[in-house]
Amino acid sequence: MATETTTNIQATGWEYSAAPERFPISIEETNKLFIDGKFISPKSRKWFATTNPATDEKLADIATAGAADVNAAVASAKKALPKWSKLAGSERAKYLYRIARRIQERAREFAVLETLDGGKPIKESRDVDIPLVAQHFFYCAGWADKLEYAFPGRNVQPIGVCAQIIPWNFPLMMAAWKLAPALACGNTCVLKPAETTSLTALRLAEVLQEVELPEGVVNIVTGAGDTGKYLAEHKAINKLAFTGSTHVGKMLMRNSAGTGKRLTLELGGKSANIIFADAAIDQAVEGIVSGIYFNQGHVCCAGSRLFVEEPILEEVIQKLTHRMKSLRVGDPMDKNTDVGAINSRSQLQTIEQYIKTGVAEGGQLHEANNQQLPSKGNWCNPCFFTDIQPSHTIAREEIFGPVLSVMTFRTPEEAISRANNTPYGLAAGVWTDKGSKVFEVAKRLEAGIIWCNSYNRFDAASPFGGFKESGFGREGGMQGLKPYVKLV
Amino acid sequence: MSRLTVPKTYKLYIGGKFPRTESGRSIPIQDRKGDTAAHICHASRKDFREAVEVAAKAASSWSGITGYLRGQILYRMAEMLEGRREEFAAAICVTSDTKIAAARKEVDASVDRLVCFAGWTDKYQQVLGCQNPVASSFYNFTVPVSQGVTCVVAPDEPSLLGLITLIAAPLCAGNTVIALGSQKHPIPTAIFGEVCQTSDVPAGAINLLTGKRADIIEQIADHRQVASVSAAGLSKKERVTIEVGGADSLKRVCFSALKNNDWYDARLCASPWAIEPFVEMKTIWHPSASR
Repeated sequence: MATETTTNIQATGWEYSAAPERFPISIEETNKLFIDGKFISPKSRKWFATTNPATDEKLADIATAGAADVNAAVASAKKALPKWSKLAGSERAKYLYRIARRIQERAREFAVLETLDGGKPIKESRDVDIPLVAQHFFYCAGWADKLEYAFPGRNVQPIGVCAQIIPWNFPLMMAAWKLAPALACGNTCVLKPAETTSLTALRLAEVLQEVELPEGVVNIVTGAGDTGKYLAEHKAINKLAFTGSTHVGKMLMRNSAGTGKRLTLELGGKSANIIFADAAIDQAVEGIVSGIYFNQGHVCCAGSRLFVEEPILEEVIQKLTHRMKSLRVGDPMDKNTDVGAINSRSQLQTIEQYIKTGVAEGGQLHEANNQQLPSKGNWCNPCFFTDIQPSHTIAREEIFGPVLSVMTFRTPEEAISRANNTPYGLAAGVWTDKGSKVFEVAKRLEAGIIWCNSYNRFDAASPFGGFKESGFGREGGMQGLKPYVKLV
Repeated sequence: MSRLTVPKTYKLYIGGKFPRTESGRSIPIQDRKGDTAAHICHASRKDFREAVEVAAKAASSWSGITGYLRGQILYRMAEMLEGRREEFAAAICVTSDTKIAAARKEVDASVDRLVCFAGWTDKYQQVLGCQNPVASSFYNFTVPVSQGVTCVVAPDEPSLLGLITLIAAPLCAGNTVIALGSQKHPIPTAIFGEVCQTSDVPAGAINLLTGKRADIIEQIADHRQVASVSAAGLSKKERVTIEVGGADSLKRVCFSALKNNDWYDARLCASPWAIEPFVEMKTIWHPSASR
């Protein structure tokens, strides 16, 4: 359980009580693989520990799926495929609706577990992640018997066995984004959660048992990179869906060349957030904050490059500084917390290295240094850099942490060309009160999601995915079904 | 007295011009009897890179014009091809066993294919895109937009219809195209530039190369300015080359599995699902509020 934080925030002048309620969550000491509808011990006989990143305390042991375990999971998915894919869409839909309902009923448990295992603030897991998980299953459920209307003129068939590898930043939400459309379209799945955040996926397996999803339709194998490799390179899978780094995404594309496996990749980003002088500045500043500090900046579409029109730079910096200082960093289980724990020690080291590089290359660091961070766990103060050039490392590479690079521009042309000057193309933000400008800029930005006068909004009905080296394929919305169907 | 004929020099089509290959090489093409029928340009890697340069420059103007105008240009290409029906039918027959009647049928299908895609240029957006009913006060919609430069590797057969089917889909979606024509039957590709040039196609929007696949397939796979590849009739080794090389810039790769008569089926070849691999879906959010 997370440590008390009453003493940690005295520097701000506010005394907060301890997090008001500790929802008693039971976590099994050992968490097995979910294969063929049952929790089974790994043939590998190996286990690894998962910890609470806010306290460094061990939460549980998780099974390491070896090659034989992955084989068993894929075989189970393959065995379940004929019956599941032939089941009437309306029946498949009912299973998905049941899943959505059980998630809503167990929402609190899922939110607490997500925060304990991953370090994100409880208000985010409670108000964003888990509601979106339920919505995603509910939304996709409705498509299961309506697929021919999504693809006019075509006969729609499932692809087969889908291998799905997901990251640690939105653990259960990524599981839902992968599983819900795949199941709605009649595929069976083998899901591999990230090694630091397996618990909610395994809890979802309990839900799948509760709703009596046929055995083998979803299998969950836990483990690190090797488990992912066994799964991605398995000969019996028909489809590989991956969310994670661009580096790994490219490797998966190379390794699956010539196999005929269908591939969708949701990869990294270095998204631009553009503030014009005629924007509503206070709202824009809120957008900057939610764009980069949401989920500790562990967001592939984080607005990590801020472009401010020159005349308002001073005002934006002043307001952003004030706003950043009001963010509460600390105990993720406290519902007043804005910025939780960094997901892992290694990610914290990566972020710290980038901050050092930013300073070494001549950037000016602005930190919310009024925070007294807890003594245990992985913590990073939210910060931003000024005096940044587009060539600086922190303005080019994905950091995946609460680190913002602030740059300026003079004309819309310059803003657009600098925003597009990146191999990535996941998301972008545009802030202006002028309607024609907002749509012209949105049109010309090379990114899959454009948030106009807003940032980091998500919805099951809204497709998500990138251009260029941010990957291909969409998740969510009608377009999110396409990666899981064969059109004949 | 018999007159000495004036045989055509076949050239490349790059950036709205008809250059010879910079390499100064040509390949003799045999007719059905094994006699040399023509010499075609043996395009080099440098020719390919030049073509990518001009295609990338033309991308913003081709994607920036209205769908209505793109439709009229594709339709104009159909008109020009119709007017040269006999010439293209004969070109198909030079190197293949195709009978003249079948070759005419292929030209007719090619004309019809262009007409079909001409009609899609201002409509596929409405079929592939949509407004999304999000559960918050936002106006949210998804629109298909162009990717940039598409590289086409055309099949050997049908040499003209295959080429036109594969270039029309990405063009329709606002991409500019570099196409490598059939290695076995290159003459239709070598003269198709003349259709493009007389159809108000902006310079660089369509670029046509002839030569040997093995010479430039790695460059097609590796070139970072190429956003997508559309190919038909490749060997497994060639497909692996494109996917492995394409991974570094995460190219969108589309291998066509069409065979024989499939190429004549507009439902398979000219539906929105033929265009969809060459668009990116862009989703735009805007708050909706009265204050």
